[in-house]
Amino acid sequence: MCERLSKRNRCAATTLGRSDCITAGGLWRIAFSLEDLGEAVHHHMKTERNNEFVKEVANQKYEFGFTTNVETDVIPKGLNEDIVRLISKKKGEPDWLLEFRLKAYRFWTTLSEPKWGHVHVPPIDYQDISYYADPLAKKPKNKEIDPELEKTFDKLGIPLEERLALSGTAVDAIMDSVSVKTTFKKQLAEKGVIFSSIGEAVKDHPDLVRQYLGSVVPYRDNYSAALNSAVFSDGSFVYIPKGVRCPMELSSYFRINARNTGQFERTLIIADDDSYVSYLEGCTAPMRDENQLHAAVVEIVVMNNAEVKYSTVQNWYPGDENGKGGVLNLVTKRGDCRGVNSKLSWTQVETGSAITWKYPSCVLRGDNSQAEFYSVAVTNHFQEADTGTKMIHMGKNTKSTIISKGISAGHSQNSYRGLVRATSNADNARNYSSCDSLLLGSDCGAHTFPYMDIHNDTAIVEHEATTSKISEDQLFYCNQRGIPTEEAVGLIVNGYAKDVLNKLPMEFAVEAQKLLSVSLEGTVG
Amino acid sequence: MSSEKQYIDLFEASKALICSHSAAALNAVRDQAFDDFKRQGFPSRKVERYKYTDMAELFAPDYGLNLSRLDIPVDPYSVFSCDVPNLSTSLYFVVNDTFYKKVLPKASLPEGVEVMSLREAAEVHPELVEGRYAQLAKTSDDAITALNTMLAQDGLFIHVPKGVKAERAIQVVNILRADVDLMVNRRVLIVMDEGAEAQLLFCDDSADDRNFLSTQVIEVYVGENASLDLYCLEETHEKNTRVSNVYVEQQANSRVSHDVITLHNGTTRNMLNLTFKGEGAECWCNGCVIADKGQRVDNNTLIDHQVGHCDSHELYKYVLDGHAVGAFAGRVLVRHGAQKTTSQETNQNLCMTKAARMYTQPMLEIYADDVKCAHGSTVGQLNDAALFYMQQRGVDQHEAKMLLELAFVGEVIDQIKLEPLRDRLHQLVEKRFRGELGRCQGCRLTRPLADGGCKR
Repeated sequence: MCERLSKRNRCAATTLGRSDCITAGGLWRIAFSLEDLGEAVHHHMKTERNNEFVKEVANQKYEFGFTTNVETDVIPKGLNEDIVRLISKKKGEPDWLLEFRLKAYRFWTTLSEPKWGHVHVPPIDYQDISYYADPLAKKPKNKEIDPELEKTFDKLGIPLEERLALSGTAVDAIMDSVSVKTTFKKQLAEKGVIFSSIGEAVKDHPDLVRQYLGSVVPYRDNYSAALNSAVFSDGSFVYIPKGVRCPMELSSYFRINARNTGQFERTLIIADDDSYVSYLEGCTAPMRDENQLHAAVVEIVVMNNAEVKYSTVQNWYPGDENGKGGVLNLVTKRGDCRGVNSKLSWTQVETGSAITWKYPSCVLRGDNSQAEFYSVAVTNHFQEADTGTKMIHMGKNTKSTIISKGISAGHSQNSYRGLVRATSNADNARNYSSCDSLLLGSDCGAHTFPYMDIHNDTAIVEHEATTSKISEDQLFYCNQRGIPTEEAVGLIVNGYAKDVLNKLPMEFAVEAQKLLSVSLEGTVG
Repeated sequence: MSSEKQYIDLFEASKALICSHSAAALNAVRDQAFDDFKRQGFPSRKVERYKYTDMAELFAPDYGLNLSRLDIPVDPYSVFSCDVPNLSTSLYFVVNDTFYKKVLPKASLPEGVEVMSLREAAEVHPELVEGRYAQLAKTSDDAITALNTMLAQDGLFIHVPKGVKAERAIQVVNILRADVDLMVNRRVLIVMDEGAEAQLLFCDDSADDRNFLSTQVIEVYVGENASLDLYCLEETHEKNTRVSNVYVEQQANSRVSHDVITLHNGTTRNMLNLTFKGEGAECWCNGCVIADKGQRVDNNTLIDHQVGHCDSHELYKYVLDGHAVGAFAGRVLVRHGAQKTTSQETNQNLCMTKAARMYTQPMLEIYADDVKCAHGSTVGQLNDAALFYMQQRGVDQHEAKMLLELAFVGEVIDQIKLEPLRDRLHQLVEKRFRGELGRCQGCRLTRPLADGGCKR
């Protein structure tokens, strides 16, 4: 089945994959090997006779749903202290980290799942998930990476060969629980930038990791953060030293492959004084009938005068059109603007996942610090999203901007939930929030839950939101000029989301636009 | 569970007494309410709708209850001789939670319009009370409503029959009067038949300088094409705690305007649940809060668009001084299929001091696509440029500040359709900002407060 599925997908990708082929993470052109192409064409010709292929392609909305056949070392299902110890042992971790995990695990056992979100998380059996899957365990001897894995990432449009890569982007590719490869490490190291998987960082830079790990998102923060702290596996570690402007964009690409596993990556970014970095994140998963859990933690520390840009294009498998399967995306992301004049900006394009429940947040601790949050969340079919941000103003003269655009279609539910808090010390805090929702269809929902807690008389906080559908006038105008309705919707939606897309690094933006139109295909009509 | 316990014990011990001084219709739902209260307990701050006010804390102190309905001597006219200039109203009194029968307005109401004690109404008009009482205010959904239903013995009943227009506004003054700390459980049932029109003004006053805790549940049925203006004005004192739950159900093409004005209080929590049951209905829900010292005001609204083609408008404004705490949570729910809904929700707040705190939460929950819904919310200060402009022209800073504050809340007051009341409120608000007598000049306290008259 896997084999068949994977072949079919390859075909689909080839057929769709003209010059404007859509890639998930976006930066990367799909580079098909000739062999693949031949296979695809062959398969194509065989099936075209009964016209089924065309249908298949037409229904093939999620392009990255294939699986990779690679021998993966999966630890037994279940979660207990022994499993936590086993994960730690497999990663060869020092004692303090094991202690951190165990503390988190013990705390997690005292918690119960939160229920307050505007999402319906299906019951998760935490004992029925395997918490560690290593596709690298049985790699062929004389090769750095298993060719299968390389092929997979190629297919996703992420060449791990540096010569193929677009200049200016270093990639950390992570499959299941393990970082497959991190590119351009050497070039970055010359500048003093540390870019590696967090597992390697624990070994190479234990002091840095120990100092910052859990300092932004403590393990007691919430249910999934506690779980993540107990069982986390590879994510990226980035350290930008003082005064360094990172010479290229850094990115990580997350891929879930193995069955019955979850992904629990942990990312830690530290921008020291006067530094700058732009970090991108992309993700995909195979199509499976059961839900897969993704509970990540991202911590960002921004010191004096430093700036961090964090962009996400989230395209986990959203489940099929009947709401079966899909990734449960329960992520804790938080940045701490510790230094004066520090700046953090989150940009996210959320198109995938059956359930998205996350609030990338900023703690504006340093005086004059600034934070931005730009988000486009698209839900279709039976997807549910409850996402937004938290802006905690603590320093003086802090500023934050929130621009959120929700688009719901099908039977989906899309919620913005955000908190703006100005503490009593946050003199002259300034916030502007704008949350718009667009409804495409009469069965979907769009919700806005903004919270504002203002404890300071010099704070100025504004929130506004609108909810509407695409006006018939706009559609008519496009139709009149020969643009079919479906394209017109794409056009209007892109225009609507432009405020946010403009904030993405350019190539990301192009791909994100295409992703938007794909996610919304079939919503008109 | 300690706070709950005293009420559970009280009810178990004095159920017979409570029932004997009430009517059958009120007693019929008491046991269910008791069960619901026992099951829910006081909502903790983890309950979304009670996030900003800790109910258990408010209900924890030991208050007396007048369960055997003893007559507390009071002369309402001496306490309250309200004369809003140019506003002649039909004036009624509710002392604590009892309808005051001894003084009734001289001018008669239009034919068929009835204003009477709820207990009496349950006996005289069972057809109007039964099937309506405790139907909108579901005890299973809200612990405070359950508590009120469990303990309420009397209250007010207003009925405006089909097609009748009550031209003269009906004014009800709720007076809190006691020599001990007292808890009152007031209950109001308002029935507006098809095409009826009325204007209601509720004034909350406290006559004595005691600790008061009042719970209030108002159920309002608005029939087709009916029109109702419901103004609630609170002017009590710092020792007063008020928890009010208002439930409104609107039929097709009806019109409701609901204004909650908190000029002076201790701790106030107002909840409004408004449901559109028929198409073409409209509502305006406005609120104005002026709070200083340690006052707390929490307004919580839910506008439930169950059918399409309805309009809702909400405008709430707060001015917070001292270390006052304000909270506003407004939820607009547009149900599946409620197409062509229009909804506008605005909440604007001024924090005048560093210690004042404001929590605001304007929420939209929308399950239909052909709707126009917007909400906006701001927290800020007076515009420096505007202040400077006025000072430049010789208006001193204090005065300039006040003028701007007045203009700020003026927007809410201007929505009041009852013109004399509107003028009166403008005046009252100005006085309130000046720190002068905050209360109606008409009010005479039975006992002057320590620092001579009104200390507000």
